[in-house]
Amino acid sequence: MSACKEDDPRIHGIKSKIRVVPDFPKTGIMFQDITTLLLEPKSFKDTIDLFVERYKEKNISVVAGIEARGFIFGSPIALAIGAKFVPLRKPGKLPADVIKQDYTLEYGNDCLEMHVGAVESGERALVVDDLIATGGTLCAAMSLLERAGAEVVECACVIELPDLKGRERLQGKPLYVLVESH
Amino acid sequence: MEMVKTEQTVIGIESRKKTQQNIEAPEREVKGKEKKSREMFAAENGLKGDPRLEAISEAIRVVPHFPKPGIMFQDITTLLLNHKTFKDTVDIFVDRYRDMGISVVAGIEARGFMFGPPIALAIGAKFVPLRKPRKLPGEVISQPYVLEYGKDCLEMHVGAVQPGERVVIIDDLVATGGTLSAAIKLIERVGGEVVECACVIGLPEVKGQQRLNGKPLYILVEPRLIDHCC
Repeated sequence: MSACKEDDPRIHGIKSKIRVVPDFPKTGIMFQDITTLLLEPKSFKDTIDLFVERYKEKNISVVAGIEARGFIFGSPIALAIGAKFVPLRKPGKLPADVIKQDYTLEYGNDCLEMHVGAVESGERALVVDDLIATGGTLCAAMSLLERAGAEVVECACVIELPDLKGRERLQGKPLYVLVESH
Repeated sequence: MEMVKTEQTVIGIESRKKTQQNIEAPEREVKGKEKKSREMFAAENGLKGDPRLEAISEAIRVVPHFPKPGIMFQDITTLLLNHKTFKDTVDIFVDRYRDMGISVVAGIEARGFMFGPPIALAIGAKFVPLRKPRKLPGEVISQPYVLEYGKDCLEMHVGAVQPGERVVIIDDLVATGGTLSAAIKLIERVGGEVVECACVIGLPEVKGQQRLNGKPLYILVEPRLIDHCC
């Protein structure tokens, strides 16, 4: 389900601030660049507020953000709703004991890591990233949290690329996005 | 992460004064009020005895021999797990910068992305990510810098910072200051004014320097040597 609440004036402002950069990182990809959104304090605040309004009464104790753009949105959301913030990182970045989850990319594999002990069994968690494309990274993130015994309540992204069908890859987990880009 | 690409270059265990003892610093000759307000550590710069600082220090986990033997890595992820202490960390920076006319908070990838955005949001500033090469799409400016072994490079989007804007640069930790110096250069190359560099943790290398490239540093805590608990 996407947020595209046409009656919420904040959504249109947010969408208009996202810059599309053609052919990055490679030819044919229309990159959704959220850094221009971060340059507009009101729109960045609106983005966070929309997520906070949705989650503040949902008893979420963990916000997990996917490196690195997920940190930018996840950290303020965690602070605002009273949750802990857990960074999910590329291999070798987290210093203490980690659990790892491999996932496949279009070409090859990648891996996401989470600190052992960051999340406790039974905690209610949110996963945050700037964008969902194929859903591979979000799936890996959910696996990490579930392996630690947490319940993933929802995945939250600023942008969805519906044509890549990432939503279907989430195996029934709810997805909440603010804007869609085709 | 390759071992060489780390800012944390503290080698070995040496005896060093805890933050509380550094409060003796004002007993040195102080040339008027202005110099005192330029002290680097928060405990000497208006927050003496503030209990939040001790809680922040205690919330940071020390991981020995990461990423390589001899380095006592200051892990802020445990601070992020403690909502009150994470909030206190952000609040201390927000209280300091909210009335200073700051229009840009620049955060250094990636741990600067955890502290910078909530500060930017609270003070109504833009957030500008400073990133490793080839992460930012579109036109960038690049600033190379030297590491203990080898080089690295920091990038910023063209147009993110306008001439004359007042900027605070945020990272979790400052060691040699190499990365922060590169960040300062990026901002200044586009005509921005770096008002201050702010870090949660400051390693001994920066003590006594007070400034980095002539810019003030503001730091909440010193590193701890080792965890006292399990």
